[in-house]
Amino acid sequence: MSLRPDLAIIAGHVAQGSRVLDVGCGDGALMAALRDGKGVDARGLEIDPDNVSRAVARGLSVIQGNADTDLADYPDGSFDYAILSQTLQTTMRPDLILDQLLRIGRHAFVSFPNFAHWRVRLSLLWGGRMPVTRLLPVAWYETLNIHHVTIDDFRALLKTRGITVEGAWFLNGDRETSAAAANFRAEHAVFLLRR
Amino acid sequence: MPDDIRYGLNRHVSLPGPLPLDGGGRLSPVEIGYETYGTLNADKSNAILICHALTGDQHVASIHPSTGKPGWWTRMIGPGLPVDPARHFIVCANVLGSCMGSSGPAAIDPACLMAYGMRFPVITIRDMVRAQALLLDHLGVERLHAVVGGSMGGMQALSWPATFPDRVDAVLAIASTARHSAQNIAFHEVGRQAIMADPKWRGGDYYADADPPSAGLAVARMAAHITYLSEAGLTEKFGRKLQGRDAKTFGFDADFQVESYLRHQGISFTDRFDANSYLYITRAMDYFDLAEEHNGHLANAFKPSHARFCLISFDTDWLYPTAESRAIVHALNAAGAPVSFVELKSPFGHDAFLLEAPEMNRIADGFLRAGENR
Repeated sequence: MSLRPDLAIIAGHVAQGSRVLDVGCGDGALMAALRDGKGVDARGLEIDPDNVSRAVARGLSVIQGNADTDLADYPDGSFDYAILSQTLQTTMRPDLILDQLLRIGRHAFVSFPNFAHWRVRLSLLWGGRMPVTRLLPVAWYETLNIHHVTIDDFRALLKTRGITVEGAWFLNGDRETSAAAANFRAEHAVFLLRR
Repeated sequence: MPDDIRYGLNRHVSLPGPLPLDGGGRLSPVEIGYETYGTLNADKSNAILICHALTGDQHVASIHPSTGKPGWWTRMIGPGLPVDPARHFIVCANVLGSCMGSSGPAAIDPACLMAYGMRFPVITIRDMVRAQALLLDHLGVERLHAVVGGSMGGMQALSWPATFPDRVDAVLAIASTARHSAQNIAFHEVGRQAIMADPKWRGGDYYADADPPSAGLAVARMAAHITYLSEAGLTEKFGRKLQGRDAKTFGFDADFQVESYLRHQGISFTDRFDANSYLYITRAMDYFDLAEEHNGHLANAFKPSHARFCLISFDTDWLYPTAESRAIVHALNAAGAPVSFVELKSPFGHDAFLLEAPEMNRIADGFLRAGENR
């Protein structure tokens, strides 16, 4: 089973045998890949009960819960990595979530769709309507994405919070793209962070 | 193993003990009624202990000898189900204090050759678990692949890794709690007072002339039964419908279907359950506070254990609501234990864990199998 491209990047850079918390783990695809491929001790947090059921049925340890409220339950430094893939933009307070991730994990992977991708810009500029694109396929009134963010916005937040970037990967569809003008050219970004 | 009289349905054993009790004192002998299903494998790694709830018993997947009804958890235990005698060696024992063959107030006190009555010592959930451990010693089971229970069975399941951290690999607790709340205690107290207010109770010494306080026990069961159902479930099932009549009688007969239903639940319960056992087991549940047993920190209860945990709650369960399961999850996270948790939807309240719940089965199956494929 092949992983979503951003998850494949994360899976490729998680250290063998480490402890991982996957926040917004969905049906546990990344956790299962990490467990089976890298001997990772993976735990998950997921808001949707059907996804939790699917993940637990795969033998994974997943808790039904909400990243905005339930991350506070995890002790400091209890994981090597805290992972937040395509979930940041759905949270009430992404800045506080980032703080929690780096409190719980020594490192954090964060991936999100880039709202400054040229297609999104064009759609808004010429159409004058909230963009509906491949990565943002849902209309504004029913999207779960309540805090749209661009790569440059994210970098600015990291700077004000004094968070160090250990790695950054950018995606166009399934392909990695260069960091040059990523805020314009990348549909999707993956960051590896530490305090 | 098929010829071994320790294994099979309707088993009973009298173990010498003595079993030291949380309330002080020692119990000897320790009588245990139990059943086993399936076969213990060569490396003794497939044993699953099923823990029953307040009024349950060891007949988890076999015909009940006095009611003739199927086992109480045939939706979870059986061929092709999450707990499967083809793969697992399944043990279910009547809890200490109960009345289906295990030591309890209705059992004979060897000191005076009469039923214990209220001379039976007050016991705790942990005492029940220690008695189960004695039984497992007798059965040659050193380590449990899993301990599984709902409601009070879940309390025992949670108490297992705290009491015997090296004897259990996985804990599945459904619709349960790590402590009894004031509301839980309050409902139990109503039931106990109903029993003790029945003139036939006579300080618990009613065994000799076989005239038990059935009216009090029936009221206790009626009050408790309400807590096992949801308001929406009651409304859907009964609403304000009248029982076998077209109009109210302006009397105190069971005009409403819900009254008739509760009366039936209460009366049929007295055919199979001992009133004093009801007092003792509800007391054990009220005393249950797993954190209190570990310096006030629930996480401490789980730290010595390496077990995996899975908790399931139901959204309409107001007896042990989801918040109770979440508190346990919180403590397990703090203890660094591998834990899964999900709140399932059901209209049936607390009783949902005993009913058809495909989602619960899917989760239980995945959780149990995860420990078998390694």
